[in-house]
Amino acid sequence: MSIVALKSPPENAPKPSAKVISLPATPNPQLGVRRILSDLGAMVLPPLVVLMVLLAVWQVAFSGEGSGLPTPAAVWAESADLILDPFYVYGTQDIGLGWRVLTSLERVAYGFGLAAVVGVLVGAVIGQSALMMRGFDPIFQVLRTVPPLAWLPISLAAFMDSRPSAIFVIFITAIWPIIINTAAGVRAIPQDYRNVAAVLRLNQVEFFWKIMVPSAAPYIFSGLRIGVGLSWLAIVAAEMLTGGVGIGFFIWDAWNSSRLTDIMVALVYIGVTGFVLDRLVAFIGRVVSRGTAA
Amino acid sequence: MKYLQIDRVCKSFISGPKVTEVLSDIRLTIEKGEFVSIIGHSGCGKSTLLNLIAGLTEVTTGAIKLEGREVNAPGPDRAVVFQNHSLLPWLTVYDNVKLAVTKVFGSTKSRAERRDWIMQNLDLVQMTHAADKRPGEISGGMRQRVGIARALAMEPKILLLDEPFGALDALTRAHLQDAVMDIHARLGNTMIMITHDVDEAVLLADRIVMMTNGPAATIGEVLPVPIPRPRDRIALASQPDYVRAREAVLRFLYERHRFVEAAE
Ligand SMILES: Nc1ncnc2c1ncn2[C@@H]1O[C@H](COP(=O)(O)OP(=O)(O)OP(=O)(O)O)[C@@H](O)[C@H]1O
Ligand SMILES: [Mg+2]
Repeated sequence: MSIVALKSPPENAPKPSAKVISLPATPNPQLGVRRILSDLGAMVLPPLVVLMVLLAVWQVAFSGEGSGLPTPAAVWAESADLILDPFYVYGTQDIGLGWRVLTSLERVAYGFGLAAVVGVLVGAVIGQSALMMRGFDPIFQVLRTVPPLAWLPISLAAFMDSRPSAIFVIFITAIWPIIINTAAGVRAIPQDYRNVAAVLRLNQVEFFWKIMVPSAAPYIFSGLRIGVGLSWLAIVAAEMLTGGVGIGFFIWDAWNSSRLTDIMVALVYIGVTGFVLDRLVAFIGRVVSRGTAA
Repeated sequence: MKYLQIDRVCKSFISGPKVTEVLSDIRLTIEKGEFVSIIGHSGCGKSTLLNLIAGLTEVTTGAIKLEGREVNAPGPDRAVVFQNHSLLPWLTVYDNVKLAVTKVFGSTKSRAERRDWIMQNLDLVQMTHAADKRPGEISGGMRQRVGIARALAMEPKILLLDEPFGALDALTRAHLQDAVMDIHARLGNTMIMITHDVDEAVLLADRIVMMTNGPAATIGEVLPVPIPRPRDRIALASQPDYVRAREAVLRFLYERHRFVEAAE
């Protein structure tokens, strides 16, 4: 099963930074504030140093005459307002990037939410039967490699309207890993649990909530985590359609009016938001599937 | 009347082109309220036979009938204590039992009655103190006890026990054997217990079913244990009927065992 391949895709790559947020849950009071501060320093300092070095390299590399890309200094000079105040509102089209991210997040929430519900249900049905699994899995494996942009024309042709098309693009990009992983998780439910369910005569709905979801939770959430990453990846493609105030459209718009420094800032916003989304789903997954691994 | 009838049952497992006959021509009739022990060497097909009675696997040929009706699906009237406890690791001890109790008594007992019933069954296996722990946090023996409590809590017609005490220390084992005998006396339910332990088989059973070695295992001998109940393990040790039964089982197992070793 492709679960192995799916579990470590490049999308949720920022592995080293994972350490940064995993503060010890209950710091030993004996160790005192100094210890906590030094721990914090040890976790925050290295990425900070690397960031500084990277910025410096970038600054030096692109400060020559006729260089195509702006330097960090230029970004600061031209787009400081975007960095400093994420939530300003100067007009309907002139708002802070924080607002734009929120607008995009709403769109992703629809698309991804739909993909999560449909994906888990479809995965649960397909995972129940080895035959269906054999029939569907290769097709899903192919579909999941189709990039978000490629779905755009199909989506537009199908919906004729930009708003549902954008949500559909997010949906269709995110759903495959969710289906595939859920199905794999359902196949991996131990026979013991199925026997318990059989003896108790649990019906389909009870089986789904009481056995399948908790047992397959680690698989489901690894699928959801990949899915949320992909739906955030699709945001630029989706918002090329809708226009409006999303962060994806902002990039498209900035490119059309050659505001490269704004794009740089927007990229950072997108990256940080994607990272937070990934952590969030992973965190929910940990909470929901606690005990399952026992 | 024949309560549970196992009629010329054969069971083969098919994996690809290979067909393995595990059980062959099993015939056994069990009366209501009877306690039957099944004993046999590892891998001979004891669990398979129990799963057939539970309805978890289908017979290849033959039929199993409970009260005249053919068994072809599992149900809470034939509760199973599984060989490997099979507790759900994401539920607490209490919730594991509750899952069964809600399913079986959801419409006949009130919420408070169900709670009492769960605690009563946990108390029977002395597990009330760990009611809020998860299976991962308790010992193997404790898990097995919860598995027994869960099965008992279903008040099944037939209790199927697949080596339930295999992982337990001698003291806990003795206590649970007494508990099982007590429940059997009180509820009068039919019990079928797989065991490796000759003493346990003789102490608990009305009849001991001895299985031949696989593949194509069948019932080699059925030994009645004519010892009146209630049985007391200490008094029993010197009783001639007990000693005779014990010897018969040992002889069966040893002779078969030696036979297998010679054949391999
Ligand atoms: N689902 C299955 N598919 C194929 N073969 C099986 C299956 N289940 C059991 N067997 C085979 O049937 C035989 C009997 O297995 P079973 O588990 O019933 O033995 P057992 O008597 O319970 O052994 P133990 O005392 O070790 O628990 C074994 O050889 C096993 O490999
Ligand atoms: Mg077994």
